[in-house]
Amino acid sequence: MVAPQTEELRVEIAGLVDKLGPGRSSLIPILQDIKHRHRELDSETMQVVAEMLDIHPVEVYSVASFYAFLHGAPQGAHVIRLCGTLSCDFAGKDAVADALCDELGIGFGETTADGQVTLEWASCIGMCDQGPALLVDDEVRTRVTPDDARAIVAACRADEGRADA
Amino acid sequence: MSAQTIDSQGNALTYATIERDAGLRAALDMTRPDIIDAVSQSGLKGRGGAGFPTGMKWNFCAAEKGDLKYIICNADEGEPGTFKDRVILSRFADLVLEGMTIGGRAIGATLGIVYLRAEYTYLRPHLNEVIKERRKRGVLGTSIMGVEGFDFDIIVAMGAGAYVCGEETALIESLEGFRGEPRNRPPFPAVAGLLNNPTVVNNVETLASVAAIFAKGVDWFKAFGTDKSTGYKLFSVSGDCEKPGVYEFPWGITVAALLEEVGGEGAKAVQIGGASGVCVPAREFARRLAFEDIPTGGSVMVIGPQRDMLDVAENFLEFFVEESCGQCTPCRLGNPQMLKAVKLLKEGACPPKFLADVKALGQTMMVASKCGLGQTSPSAFLSILEHFGDEIHDRAPSA
Repeated sequence: MVAPQTEELRVEIAGLVDKLGPGRSSLIPILQDIKHRHRELDSETMQVVAEMLDIHPVEVYSVASFYAFLHGAPQGAHVIRLCGTLSCDFAGKDAVADALCDELGIGFGETTADGQVTLEWASCIGMCDQGPALLVDDEVRTRVTPDDARAIVAACRADEGRADA
Repeated sequence: MSAQTIDSQGNALTYATIERDAGLRAALDMTRPDIIDAVSQSGLKGRGGAGFPTGMKWNFCAAEKGDLKYIICNADEGEPGTFKDRVILSRFADLVLEGMTIGGRAIGATLGIVYLRAEYTYLRPHLNEVIKERRKRGVLGTSIMGVEGFDFDIIVAMGAGAYVCGEETALIESLEGFRGEPRNRPPFPAVAGLLNNPTVVNNVETLASVAAIFAKGVDWFKAFGTDKSTGYKLFSVSGDCEKPGVYEFPWGITVAALLEEVGGEGAKAVQIGGASGVCVPAREFARRLAFEDIPTGGSVMVIGPQRDMLDVAENFLEFFVEESCGQCTPCRLGNPQMLKAVKLLKEGACPPKFLADVKALGQTMMVASKCGLGQTSPSAFLSILEHFGDEIHDRAPSA
């Protein structure tokens, strides 16, 4: 017997395949869409995607695990990505990192226990002239001070949906 | 989500003076071979960093048979310290799309794809708006500008967070739904690219320059720069300077002159070309930014006298350890060894033998890695070892 949530998942993925086409080129856009809405790519999801695109599940896992924005692990309702590259480092990213960790009570690569916020490092996000910079979901924040960082965390905590949803 | 675009400070950009559609109009009055010839005559070289002659690339692709060809705009701007493409896409997206359309005409492509990095997702609504508006204006779609049979459209595809996808064959792999692992070349994308069809991949700035060249003329463009490096270039300037931002200079400007413009005169070094570039010490500031001296995609990171050069090397090597695609051994295993050497040097505990081995390993990586990422990843560390040996080796062992 198929569990109801599995049936729901199949319908959702079938809809994406209809929209984007059944070719291999649809794989990443499909995974992006699912990751965006469900905040994770679990093994069941990857198997259904594989079946519908007629490729081996390990191919799906291989692609998902390759890309920084697709990796399978569950993420919080909001993802904060702090740029770790040189110019943001010069501009004081360590103090911002400390404030984020302190305020969230987690380290980089972790998600708060309430599932609200994930904290990650990002490779250069192209805001080098306005660092320290970070992404909150898909939005950019520049010249972030430790106080700003605390305010960003508070805003993420207060808001249940994604900033861009 | 609303369209977000992000500008930067800097100096006046020529792109702001280019009349929209003027380049496309001029190109559509020319034959396809003449369009490519004009690009070749302009001397335009790829603005992403590799510096391949754009006209030659287009010519290879145009010579291929086949009804299905693609032109891809590489907007996977991930080289550390580079942000000029973000500014171009924010302020001059029309010129980029116009350059793609001219390229599409020249090589006989019917579809253009902007491959936008995931970190720039906020730019996607803006780009889609500009594309929509161009379709409405008849400069995208069917019979563009009334030219019977010239059909060309553009879509935006999203990256998913991988620096290596800025490499054109890795980018194509990603578009096809695979891991972004670079391909063996040949065949080059111009012969067998996206879905095995002839494909041109050009950087954002290269395409904007194409639109400018056709709007203002080849001679106008060649009046800027040097004989071997024609035209002007955008530089992304960050780090220890008073006025970071996006600056336009003709090719051939010295590092010293650039530093003066941006208020970075006191620097002890400048990292040019990003993490994959080279570290230029103060005594070499008379060198020129040009393909014949220091070639670059435009990343200029100013390093002030207070900085520890080993911190710089460590930052870049952490980046490469993270971003190596893992496919080939020299890059996958070499970068962690380099990083280990930097950490030992910081502690004053790097055995001379290990350092010598790592230097040799760096040379091996430069010749034996499959793609530009692995080939260039040791450059910064090796140039720091070469130029800042005193600072590095005088370090006392930590207790």
